[in-house]
Amino acid sequence: MQFFFQAERGGWDKHSYGYHGDDGHSFCSSGTGQPYGPTFTTGDVIGCCVNLINNTCFYTKNGHSLGIAFTDLPSNLYPTVGLQTPGEIVDANFGQQPFVFDIEDYMREWRAKIQSTIKRFPVGDRLGEWQTMLQNMVSSYLVHHGYCSTATAFARVTDTTIQEEQISIKNRQRIQKLVLAGRVGEAIEATQQLYPGLLEHNPNLLFTLKCRQFVEMVNGTDSEVRCFSARSPKSQDSYPASPSLSPRHGSTNSHIHSAGVDSPSCSNGVTSTKSKQSHSKYPALTSSSSSSSSSSPSSVNYSESNSTDSTKSQQHSSTSNQETSDSEMEMEAEHYPNGVLENSTRIMNGTYKQEEILQTDESSMEDSCPQRQLCGGNHAATERMIQFGRELQTLSEQLCREYGKNTMHKKMLQVGLCLQPELAHSRSRSELRAWRGVGAALVSAVVLGIMGHLQPAHKAVLFCVSPPPHLVPQPAARAALRLAAPGAACLAEGHTLVACEYLPVFCAAVCLTACVSSPSPGCLQLVGLLGPLELPRGAAAGSSSEGACVRCSQQCYIGVSEPAKAAPADAGPGPGL
Amino acid sequence: MACVLETPLRMSVLSEVTASSRHYVDRLFDPDPQKVLQGVMLLYLLQQETSSTELRTECAVVLGSLAMGTENNVKSLLDCHIIPILLQGLLSPELKFIEACLRCLRTIFTSPVTPEELLYTDAAVIPHLMALLSRSRYTQEYICQIFSHCCKLRHWHSCGFKSSPQPLLCANGPDHQTILFNHGAVQNIAHLLSSTSYKVRMQALKCFSVLAFENPQVSMTLVNVLVDGELLPQIFVKMLQRDKPIEMQLTSAKCLTYMCRAGAIRTDDNYIVLKTLPALVRMCSKERLLEERVEGAETLAYLIETDVELQRIASITDHLISMLSDYFKYPSSVSAITDIKRLDHDLKHAHELRQAAFKLYASLGANDEDIRKKIIETENMMDRIVNGLSESSIKVRLSAVRCLHSLSRSVQQLRTSFQDHAVWKPLMKVLQNAPDEVLVVASSTLCNLLLEFSPSKEPILESGAIELLCSLTQSENLALRVNGIWALMNMAFQAEQKIKADILRGLSTEQLFQLLSDSDVNVLMKTLGLLRNLLSTRPHIDQIMSTHGKQIMQAVTLILEGEHNIEVKEQTLCILANIADGTTAKELIMTNDDILQKIKYYMSHSNAKLQLAAMFCISNLIWNEEEGSQERQDKLRDIGIVDILHKLSQSSDPNLCDKAKTALQQYLA
Repeated sequence: MQFFFQAERGGWDKHSYGYHGDDGHSFCSSGTGQPYGPTFTTGDVIGCCVNLINNTCFYTKNGHSLGIAFTDLPSNLYPTVGLQTPGEIVDANFGQQPFVFDIEDYMREWRAKIQSTIKRFPVGDRLGEWQTMLQNMVSSYLVHHGYCSTATAFARVTDTTIQEEQISIKNRQRIQKLVLAGRVGEAIEATQQLYPGLLEHNPNLLFTLKCRQFVEMVNGTDSEVRCFSARSPKSQDSYPASPSLSPRHGSTNSHIHSAGVDSPSCSNGVTSTKSKQSHSKYPALTSSSSSSSSSSPSSVNYSESNSTDSTKSQQHSSTSNQETSDSEMEMEAEHYPNGVLENSTRIMNGTYKQEEILQTDESSMEDSCPQRQLCGGNHAATERMIQFGRELQTLSEQLCREYGKNTMHKKMLQVGLCLQPELAHSRSRSELRAWRGVGAALVSAVVLGIMGHLQPAHKAVLFCVSPPPHLVPQPAARAALRLAAPGAACLAEGHTLVACEYLPVFCAAVCLTACVSSPSPGCLQLVGLLGPLELPRGAAAGSSSEGACVRCSQQCYIGVSEPAKAAPADAGPGPGL
Repeated sequence: MACVLETPLRMSVLSEVTASSRHYVDRLFDPDPQKVLQGVMLLYLLQQETSSTELRTECAVVLGSLAMGTENNVKSLLDCHIIPILLQGLLSPELKFIEACLRCLRTIFTSPVTPEELLYTDAAVIPHLMALLSRSRYTQEYICQIFSHCCKLRHWHSCGFKSSPQPLLCANGPDHQTILFNHGAVQNIAHLLSSTSYKVRMQALKCFSVLAFENPQVSMTLVNVLVDGELLPQIFVKMLQRDKPIEMQLTSAKCLTYMCRAGAIRTDDNYIVLKTLPALVRMCSKERLLEERVEGAETLAYLIETDVELQRIASITDHLISMLSDYFKYPSSVSAITDIKRLDHDLKHAHELRQAAFKLYASLGANDEDIRKKIIETENMMDRIVNGLSESSIKVRLSAVRCLHSLSRSVQQLRTSFQDHAVWKPLMKVLQNAPDEVLVVASSTLCNLLLEFSPSKEPILESGAIELLCSLTQSENLALRVNGIWALMNMAFQAEQKIKADILRGLSTEQLFQLLSDSDVNVLMKTLGLLRNLLSTRPHIDQIMSTHGKQIMQAVTLILEGEHNIEVKEQTLCILANIADGTTAKELIMTNDDILQKIKYYMSHSNAKLQLAAMFCISNLIWNEEEGSQERQDKLRDIGIVDILHKLSQSSDPNLCDKAKTALQQYLA
């Protein structure tokens, strides 16, 4: 959560929303306001409540709800207060003191609403049907994520059968892990080999994967360029014909081989050749990553003997450190001891501490950036990457001819391309982060794509998490699921499947079962309510006694805004969906 | 018939049949006396001490089923004196039988055709019912339900609005609330609020809402009642929580509202400001059922009716003012096309919704000019009021007039939107042949529209308002008399000669005297006000006094001699002062020694206001520049006025002192 001082008034900018004290109007990303509520002034307590269930927002004045101000709000909002007059003071209350408005009561209403939605959710006429579906859901969840032995055990207990063969599950698992590790080229090849025709039927998916691969090349993670950066003995001229190396050989690749499958070799690019790399260059992922794959490739734990790679892993850790420190900084912003007062959440207009913060931010960026190099700094790899980029462009044009324009492709390509000149620049980090989101979504797309071919069982999952719209009011259902079974809700909303993996294996299904059969308040915790932002009376009184004058009383704007950072790019819909 | 009564077993079969089949129940009360006899027979069996408890219980159950039928069924049962018989049954030691009797009684008393009085005819009944409250959750539920339905007379009459000054008490003796209260209803029912049964809690809550309504005695008691260590208001507030059933939220909001209006809870109490009021506003939202929206709006209207601060808070809460405009959208065009059932439902509630919205608008705009402006700016507001004024439903007409009345308190609106929409036209129509309760509010509104600065004044006069208002002054209804004469008073203010003459002619001197001897001081004051307005500007005074001088002087004498309060006397002296301002009219005073003595008396009265008013008279009479002033001065000196003037010029009251000195100067000149 961030606390900003905006020179401009909240609600005037794009993705910002505000309620102005001088005229009582509400501003929805526009300079022209709508009549909304009363005016407010010194001594008034103004609250703002964002309802993340139905994406609406209402304000309160002295504890009285003024009614819905905005609907269809985007996620990722943070509170802002705009002050116009120097010396003006607001007190912010994020719940450290009781709110004047009875937020608890409001949440109670929503809990009751959701509970009744769940209660009224139609269950099939025949009792057994529901149980079968739940079992199917659990089973397909396990199969989907490749929890092979758990799935077998579950099938044994519930007396059901798994439709997909174990080998197939493990293959999918392997492809998934390749994508997660950023080795998209290998993943593509493995897919082509194991499931011929899948990518041919899904040119969009292939394109998306290649875009991702492109990014990984820039990044230096993809094996096509990694061989260069690792100062591979392989000569450069041999490159176009046999572009890659096999990722794993022999016993070192414990996590994949532990399943006992003698996997076919996978390599980047189109042709499949045995690697010219030595084994030691590729110890693949450590065992830790085999037990649980991570939510984002950026945090995959590399431990490679290669010197470049170790630098790289440092870089990774520094990146993640930086992220941590960044978020800490954001939190600290709530405590600015701005101006005269030292009160923890008292904020004063006039001096801009924010600038300093930005400076620190930039300098910390600069610290980390010199370590990052294009394609690991290897020239040959860079050339290969550029060539790959051209191929990608051609493919895009071809797709465009065949299927018509696709803005999504364009965007993906653009992001990929713009990474090159700006890699050294601090912006790339957030871009990359966004791309990792896409990558994760691709994982789910691949898996679902395969599943779509092989196994209809996963439809049970999809049915459960997204029932036909006429059955349940969509937002309520989504909210219910989000509360009851976060994993399932992720699925429903096309989010990354990766996120599900952090859940206990049965969480999704069990939660849903619990909700359906006996709704307990425990599984219905409202997560989405942002505490109202309040300006208590004490503000004015306290300041005047200290001699600071509260000059302006009518130019306070309370609003919510989207963060300035780039929002994650939308994940493309998986072909299986 | 014989076979029906054969065994208890058969009886229970019958009760199931009756409950499920309205058709069969209705047939039992066929015009054919043979069939009606069945019911009589059941009653007979029920009364027999000798018949087994099972049989008697089944009889009560069947009778209860019969009472579930049409209103005619209930009427027939009442004709068979079912109530005393069932009440007698309550004396039985058998709980099952008691419960069956109570259930049947409940069904009968909740029917609109049953007179509530029947519960109170035997003084022993209420204490016995109170005693039965402890027997089981069913007795609790049914008894509470009976109480809340048999305590409604007051409720109906005032309907939450003070503007109708009808007597609120029931015809017979102490009202039902007091009877129940005196028998310990509050203590007996309070602990039921913590019952495990939702139905019991709900009925107990309803009971309290009925008991507390406009009853300071009950309300004051309720605030201090403890249940399980919690005060009743706290319990009510808990029942207001948003996750409680709507019915419960609504009823507890009613309880708190009634307690507040009865003076037991302050209007600035957080229970009212932060809990009750927002809860009632929520009841008005689109998400609620139509019935709930009606009740919510009516209760809220009652809560905020007399408190500006609450009106202000309500006006900003959850867009209430625009939310209310949805009340006018039934039946919606969608419902007409898609669903006959829904259309029927909508139509049924459309009137209720509209009248509730008007009522709430009326309360919202009662005092605050900004809120009135906001209301009028709501989409089609004035059109809606104008349409409402001519609706067939009296309830809608009445509340539309109330709304208009509330808005007519705004000078700005009188000049603008009232004029633009020619609201006086439908208003004048409402005033023709309307029932008294509508007339009261409509005539109050007319008073405002007749104010001197109102542009509607002219057209209203032209449409025959004088005649109408004059007829109102002859009404039996006090409020109508007041409003009639009040409107005439407003009309006469700075009016032209012709209007004044029309008023006098329309009213007739007899009626004027009638009004001056009215028992109500308000009527008297407004009538004097009318006289005073009529007697302004010299030509008008002379004109009126030349035609009605004798009667007016008589009336003035009468009032000055009568037992009246200071304000009345002051007003009367002011009339005299006005008369004294006339040219020829002066003589009417000068030739009346009686009046002159009275003026002299009031100059030395202990009340400064009356002294001042009498002084006005004197100075008008002795003013130098007018013809014949010398004679008048002499005459007044003869009766000792000058001495009093000298005394008054030493007065500590600066007004009196100045006035006396100016008067004395007239003598010196």
